Amino acid sequence: MADITAPAYRTIPIIPALKPGAMEGKGPYIANEKHQEALGFPGQVPDDWHDKAIAKMGELLSKFRSLRVYMDACVHCGACSDKCHYFIGTQDPKNMPVARQDLMRSVYRRYFTFAGKYFPWLVGARDLTREVLDEWYNYYHQCSECRRCSVFCPYGIDTAEITMAAREILASVGLGQKYSNEIIAKVHKIGNNLGLPEPALVDTLEGLEEDVKEETGLDIKFPVDVKGAEVLLITPSADFFAEPHIDGLIGYAKVFHATGTSWTLSSMASEGANFGMFIGNYEQLRKVALRIREAALELGVKRIIVGECGHAWRVAYSFWNTLSGVGDGADETDRFAQMLQKQLDHRYKQPTHICEFTWDLIQRDALKFDKSKNDKHIITMHDSCNVARGSRMGDLPGGQFEIPRNIIKAVANNFVEMDPNTTHERTFCCGGGGGLLTDDLMDLRVKGALPRMEVLQQAVDEHGVNYMAAICAICKTQFSKIMPVYGFDRRMVGGVHQLVSNAIILGDK
Amino acid sequence: MSVIFAILFYLATLVFVVGLLSRISLYARTPAPLKIPTTPAPTTKTGVVFRLTREVVFFESLFKANLWTWAMGWLFHASMALVVLRHLRYFTDPVWGWVAFIQPFGIYAGITMLLGLCGLWVRRLFVERIRYISTPSDHLWLVLLIVIAISGLLMQFVSHTDVIAVKSYFLGLLNFNIGTLPADGLLMLHLFLVFALLALFPLSKLLHAPGVFFSPTRNQTDNPREQRHLSAWGSKMESEN
Repeated sequence: MADITAPAYRTIPIIPALKPGAMEGKGPYIANEKHQEALGFPGQVPDDWHDKAIAKMGELLSKFRSLRVYMDACVHCGACSDKCHYFIGTQDPKNMPVARQDLMRSVYRRYFTFAGKYFPWLVGARDLTREVLDEWYNYYHQCSECRRCSVFCPYGIDTAEITMAAREILASVGLGQKYSNEIIAKVHKIGNNLGLPEPALVDTLEGLEEDVKEETGLDIKFPVDVKGAEVLLITPSADFFAEPHIDGLIGYAKVFHATGTSWTLSSMASEGANFGMFIGNYEQLRKVALRIREAALELGVKRIIVGECGHAWRVAYSFWNTLSGVGDGADETDRFAQMLQKQLDHRYKQPTHICEFTWDLIQRDALKFDKSKNDKHIITMHDSCNVARGSRMGDLPGGQFEIPRNIIKAVANNFVEMDPNTTHERTFCCGGGGGLLTDDLMDLRVKGALPRMEVLQQAVDEHGVNYMAAICAICKTQFSKIMPVYGFDRRMVGGVHQLVSNAIILGDK
Repeated sequence: MSVIFAILFYLATLVFVVGLLSRISLYARTPAPLKIPTTPAPTTKTGVVFRLTREVVFFESLFKANLWTWAMGWLFHASMALVVLRHLRYFTDPVWGWVAFIQPFGIYAGITMLLGLCGLWVRRLFVERIRYISTPSDHLWLVLLIVIAISGLLMQFVSHTDVIAVKSYFLGLLNFNIGTLPADGLLMLHLFLVFALLALFPLSKLLHAPGVFFSPTRNQTDNPREQRHLSAWGSKMESEN
């Protein structure tokens, strides 16, 4: 960290000049043999990597309509070219979404289109060489799959889809990413990203119960593996011990306590995150999601609630029903999904976001708050990218923006917005999403956070903001690590349920 | 010459129709295994129809992205739509009422179409980011369309071609009769480039036109919790374990 300094702030809005080659390099650490093979990928780059990579690309083109259409549809209009936080922060032109896509599109054209086969120079087509493959590895690990570009593209081209496909191709020829693959292997083996085994988890939670008792004088429980509980809470494992995440977990527990909800965590599925999405591999995405299905069936729960985590909520909201049957509306003949859906209580959305749960209780006057407890905070909301652009809360489009804000306003008195070009569906990624939250990418993480920091500074100057709420474990970790580089207090970032925890009035009911 | 242009006409039309249909059917047959609408997204099918309509008619996303590109792009596309519809008069006899009605607008749309194209090219040439991402074909497409527009406008306003003869030639082609095409250089240039455009359409980035309708981030309904969405290859995994 010592050698990394914050880039200078600029005047908003920012359309940076190009600095070609600014982020050239080797990219993050490559997964070793053990971590590759644990996920069924080759441990080394095979001799016939070229043919294997092209074959994989052909396979993905036939399995994913997104990739198929997006490879053809781009007209190089440039609508996305100034929208990526990594481009704005690094000024490397290959971090423009269109240019990032073109790293793959140029190869697609060469091998899969008439024009590229016979007139490569005309359409910018190129052979897949080892240099190109290494360039892919570097630049497809400078995308956090945040989807901001897809908001602005006139054809809805989502670079995240292309990044996922590229990472899948890379992993299939022995070039997986160490950070993500290592973590996925831990989930399969132990049940969470941290590799925290059951006894350690139980121990941690018992310690937490004691701490909370000391603070509140109440017996607020953090139950694990309770069969027959009504609610199964699936939350990112960072919530169990990382700061400020843990204050959010205490918030959830207080809400459950206040309403007498019977709930449990699962030691088998003690992880909300699903890094299968980051590496773009459907099988891994599915396999990680199936742990939650298994836990829900085993514990016989009626509801599944998901804690504050951005991509986890995208996976839960958008993909769980597909992958594991957690949801509603499966066909009568769909035995796989029906097995679980018959067990779940469909008076509630399955899965439910913890913010939906809490907001519903607030609307029904089931919770009491002392808002003055949050008076020391002037709060703003950083919409987490995957929640904002890949999911929803509540019944109406945009509920993912309204509900967390409604909760904040219900538990605190001082709330202000940041520049509207950087919130709601136009929000910036924190700079650490999509499998990039690793120390070997610290330079990229600091630069990728620059656009958010510039706008936050504006809100600090204008409104004296001193608390930035986020509902994502990656946002919380990333910001508490890089905000000191920008001269902010690391405790400035926190969860929505941390604010709930501060203000909630508990007592005998 | 009349015969050569007749062959080119049939060939270009054939490549255009067959190529486009095969591409569309490829898009339609490729599964979309996961729900990936860019949210906030409509929760009903009707909502999706509205979203796509706004996208196709008004270029909603581009409007959010960049006002200049939107203005030039929209001016070009809307004008071209009018110009193309106006040209239906050369293929119908008697001319349909609404085609006759848009005739005067269609003529001036030729000018605004040219303006839009020039604006887009200026942007491609002089904005650093756009120049960086442009390939030779990106420039050539604009040149092709600009020359088509200029040659058409010249025939309209400067050096009139015998439109009556042109019309009877094309009406003949529709009935597989090859008549005589006026030997007019501008006309031949105009027609040749239009045929080139038609033939190259299904092989090029012009596929953005059908593509937008198949874009999962725009055409999917936001209802993953209410409705189980499963692809054929995804469901096969379930029967395997």
